Amino acid sequence: MSIWEYANPKRFMQSSAWALPWMIGLTVLCLVVGLVWGFFFTPDDYKQGSTVKIIYLHVPSAMMAINAWVMMLVASLIWIVRRHHVSALAAKAAAPVGLTFTLIALATGALWQAIEDPDTAADLTAILCLVGSVFALLSRYAVNFWNQGLHQGATLSLDKEENISDVFWLPLLICIAGFVLLFVTLVLMRTRTEIRARRLQALLARERVA
Amino acid sequence: MLPDLGKYSFAVLGSYAATVLLIVALVGLSFWQRARVKRALAEVEARQGKTDG
Repeated sequence: MSIWEYANPKRFMQSSAWALPWMIGLTVLCLVVGLVWGFFFTPDDYKQGSTVKIIYLHVPSAMMAINAWVMMLVASLIWIVRRHHVSALAAKAAAPVGLTFTLIALATGALWQAIEDPDTAADLTAILCLVGSVFALLSRYAVNFWNQGLHQGATLSLDKEENISDVFWLPLLICIAGFVLLFVTLVLMRTRTEIRARRLQALLARERVA
Repeated sequence: MLPDLGKYSFAVLGSYAATVLLIVALVGLSFWQRARVKRALAEVEARQGKTDG
């Protein structure tokens, strides 16, 4: 079976109707387990103190803010090349979700870093807002650019020395899974709404003509 | 019950509060839009004698 069969709105509505309740359940489970574990049952970091608990919000939301742009880019390219309506509607549905994750990443990032040096944190947030809005993918590499300054090194790394400590790793992984599922669930739900809205417009237009 | 967050309690609790607020607003908006469009579509389809696909 080809993936392009899901570009058919009717097929997409059938498949997503089946998947959506499972996605909602998994999303809630991952977010509750990950966040409760991270907030209540992990120790303070020797350097950052209790602010390390912000990692369970900041890292997953920053990852999904960037991935939302990538998903919208791919969906938009599919629309431009193959003219599949579902991909265009999915890109539209993802925009508010990506925006919300971006706001969470910026807000938690500012709150996290403002403690040590508020002016530098404000500078970084402003630069991230300006650069990130135009070159969203560049923000992925901000941790490397500012590694020696305000922002810590990469949280997730294949380098064992650089990678986050094991005690924070598992709850963070669950939180990331929760945010990914939240993104997919919301985009699925909002795409279904966009398809219905498109059909509604078509029926209303037909009524006006008749 | 609440862990001792020390002098960083505002930053940590503020982060969690802001995140919950934004996610609840987004989820609420998504459900509200879904219900509104679904209802409107059902009305028009019933009027035109069609069924949703």
